[in-house]
Parts: sequence; C-alpha cells; structure tokens
Amino acid sequence: MLAIKTERLTKFYGQARGIIEVDLQVPQGDFFGFIGPNGAGKSTLIRTLLGLITPTEGKAEIFGRDSVACKLNNLGDIGYLPSETALYRGMRVRDILTLSAKLRHLDCTKEANELAARLGLDTTRKIEELSFGNRKKVGLICALQHKPRLYILDEPTSGLDPLAQKELFAILEERNRAGATVFLSSHILPEIARYCKHAAVIREGRLLVCDSVSSLGHTGVKRVTLRGIAAPPVIEQARHMQFGESAVQFLFSGTPAELLTALSDLQFTDFSVTDPELDEIFLHYYAKEMP
Amino acid sequence: MTLFWHELRRGRVMLTVFTGAIAFMLGICILIYPEMAGEMAEVSNMFADMGAFSEAFGMDQLNFGEFMGYFGIECGNTLGLGGALFAALLGIGALAKEEKDKTAEFLLTHPISRTRVVSEKLLAVLAQLFIMNVGVTAVSLLAVAVVGVKAEVGTMLLLFFANFLMQIEIAAVTFGLSAFLCGNGLGIGLGLAFGLYFLQILSNLIKETEFLKFFTPFAYTDGAYIVAEKALEIKYLLTGLALALVGIAAAYWQYRKKDI
Repeated sequence: MLAIKTERLTKFYGQARGIIEVDLQVPQGDFFGFIGPNGAGKSTLIRTLLGLITPTEGKAEIFGRDSVACKLNNLGDIGYLPSETALYRGMRVRDILTLSAKLRHLDCTKEANELAARLGLDTTRKIEELSFGNRKKVGLICALQHKPRLYILDEPTSGLDPLAQKELFAILEERNRAGATVFLSSHILPEIARYCKHAAVIREGRLLVCDSVSSLGHTGVKRVTLRGIAAPPVIEQARHMQFGESAVQFLFSGTPAELLTALSDLQFTDFSVTDPELDEIFLHYYAKEMP
Repeated sequence: MTLFWHELRRGRVMLTVFTGAIAFMLGICILIYPEMAGEMAEVSNMFADMGAFSEAFGMDQLNFGEFMGYFGIECGNTLGLGGALFAALLGIGALAKEEKDKTAEFLLTHPISRTRVVSEKLLAVLAQLFIMNVGVTAVSLLAVAVVGVKAEVGTMLLLFFANFLMQIEIAAVTFGLSAFLCGNGLGIGLGLAFGLYFLQILSNLIKETEFLKFFTPFAYTDGAYIVAEKALEIKYLLTGLALALVGIAAAYWQYRKKDI
C-alpha cells in the first residue's frame, strides 16, 4: 500500500508556479527523503498533501484516501512538523502539547513526557521563553506524541543541537521499524543519504527524479581528478569543474570510452576516477537536471 | 469544544481589560450622578441651545435632569463605543490572527474541520461578548443600587440588550472580513467601529443622510430613542441582524475554501 500517492498534482497561485504535474509514490513503511532548492515546490506539495491548499489540477492520496475529500481522516494519521514552528504565545509547553492531543481527542501525556525527556525539553516553560531549537522540539513532540502512521517533517533538524538531532533520528528509526512511514523534507543532504531508503528531487515545481537512495548514487556520473595539469581542460560532458594548485576536478557524465578519449589529448601527471558522494549528485540535480 | 475553550483562554486578558474598563466608566458615571444631578437642569438647557450638536448625539430628545436621560446619553455612548471596539477587535482577529501569527499551520493540520474551526471561534467571540455584557450590566445595576437613584431597570436592560445585539452585529461583520485577511486586520476593525459610530452622528445631523441608519448598528442602540420610547427601532435592528448573518455566512464560505 502507498502512504502517499500523487497524480499529475499541480498547484498555481494565480499565475505563480507552485508545483507542476508531480507524480510521486511513497510506499507505506518507507523512510523517504524529499529534497530541492528553496522555492522548488517542496512546501507546496506538503501543504497540498495536508489539505492546507487545494490543488489546481491532479490529485493526492494518503493511504489511498483523497487529500481533499478525506482530509480529516488523513490528518488523524499524520504527524506534521512545519519548517517554521509557530506556536501560541503566552502558553506553556505542556499546555501546547495537551492542546495538540485534545484536538486529536487523545490523551498523550505519557508519550509526550517521554519524548520531552528524550529530546531534552522542559515542558513547564512558556513558549516565548524558548529558543528556536526548543520551539522546534515542541513542534516535533506535537507531531510524534500521537504515534501516527505517517510523519511529514519539513526541515526537522534545523535549529536542533547535534544531540537532539541524533535522538530525533533514533526515534524516527524506531517508529519506522514499527511500520510508520517517514516523509522527510530536508536541505541537509547527508541526512537523506544516511537515513532515507528512497528520495525524490524537485526543482522549479517539477519532480526530477524519484528512486532508491542507492540507485540515485549510481547514476553513471564519475568524479574525475587530474593532477599536474596546467589549465582547466575543455570537455563537453564535464560539469562543476574546479581548478587549483595544478589539479582539476569535475563530474563526468559520459561513457568510460568517451572519458578515455577526452583524457587522451590532455597533459597531466596523475588521475583518479571515483563515484561522487551522494551530496554531490543531489547538488547536481539542484543546479541542473542530469543528462 | 477544545478550540472554544482555547480561544476563551487566549482572549481572557482582553476580555478582562475591556469588561473592567467599560464597567468602571459606567460605574463612575452612575456614582457621580447624585453630585451632578443639581447641575443637570442647567446642562439640559445648555444642550437645548446647541442645536445640531445636541441632535447629533440625540440629546435633544432627553431630559438630563432625570437619571434615565443622563444614563441614556452618557452611559449609552460609553457602552456603545467601548462595546463596539471590543466586538470589532474580537471579530477581526478571530480567524486572521491564526495566519498573522502563523499558527494556522499548527491548528489546521490537526483533524479538525474548517467548519468546526469557524463555529468554535464564532461561539468564543459571542461568549466573550456575553460575559462582558453580563459584567458591565451587573456593575451598572450595582452602582444604581448604591447611589439609590430612581432608575427604570427594564429600560436600562433594554439598552444593554440593544448594545449586546449591536456588538454581535459588528463582531459578525468583522468576523466575516477576518476570513478574507491574512495579516493584521486591527486597523480595519477599529476603523469600521469608529466609522459606524460617525455614520450614526452624520445621519442624526443631516436629514438627507437618514438612510445611513440602515447601515449602522448604532441606530438601534441610540440611548435617546430607547429611553424615550422604551423600545428598539425594529427596522434598523432587522437590517443589522441581516448584515450579521451575511458576515457569518461569508466567514464559513471563505474560510472553508481558503488556501493557508
């Protein structure tokens, strides 16, 4: 069963582009990474899934239920953390957590206390006294305390200290092992590479690629390093060329034969060909669609 | 009713401030009446000579020498304007503040329908108006009992009731506007309350603009008319209630389909 499914999902804000014909499938139980540069359409897609905005065209489903017609049922199954956690000022943390649970007709006191202890959050403090990171923790507990089937987390680690980040991913991995689906929107590429099973890249409103993280790492692109070279070479299939200290590095997206042909005309003393880091591949998608 | 209680809790400071301020001013107005009673005959004569100014505030219809005449004008205006401002602030902030403070994303990603959000917020607005009016009425009646003046309690209650209806109308209209706003609507709310008040003054001053009374709820809370006639102007009241219904319907219509 699919936790998330979108078909030709499109959203325009008047004339402004949000997302265009996004087809996305996230299997139940997946740990899914969703990445893209600012303004790519990540938040628009998430807001459409949550029913905060109505699609212009196409449709989205959560566990097979329409995102518009079955919004309340869907929201009952979702724990959502927005990228900017805005909470009601004047309230104490524990009151916000209770409010969130009551809006779900649940009593999550025990779970909330356990999560607060694990993330290092004092629930007696007032919202306006909290740092950005601690406000994020409140939002996280609101998203986690009712143990939903689907977690949609937008930039969950921004503002969190390293210990809290580690603990958060430990919690998410526990929930994922227990069968929950995690949909993680993040700019922090090592997070995606380390924790996610599948990932999708969105740019300028369109989904560029959606695959397993391991497959995304094997795109045929190679990182080539040439040492003892006097000037940056001109190679048609080379991207992201960096030159300095008699060495040049670039990503090569052609065949091995084409690479050997390209190198045969150059003067250099040493060279290496390696697989690029997953971060580099994602960055490549950010900048321009790979051939 | 989680959201209803949440709204009451969030609004408790403003409710306390407005109830306290209006009740204090009304109470003081009533408590100082015995001191001023002797001078009121002179005041009445003075107002009688002021022509259009007296008409603007309905002072030409009342006898300031009597407590009900004094109460109808002094207290009616205090409660009218203070209550209108409170109602406007409650209404205009009810839905818009969630987007202004960016808490809409928190609220609307819980399994609660937008219809329920509008309903519970509307109920919270009405409940706060009710509590304010109960507090203000109680303090006023207590002050009347303390000074021991001859008051027509039934007429006083009618005046308070008219003001409660006026506040509901203003709150409903601003509540409707609130659904269309994304930012701070404070200026719109306060501007509307003051604008409606001056519309009433204008319609009292210039006969040709009397039709404006249909658009301002201050027309059926006119203390001078209520004290003199012991009744409300039904034609203006019905128009006001119709406007209130339009405001509430607009809030449901817009908020249910609004992109957040």
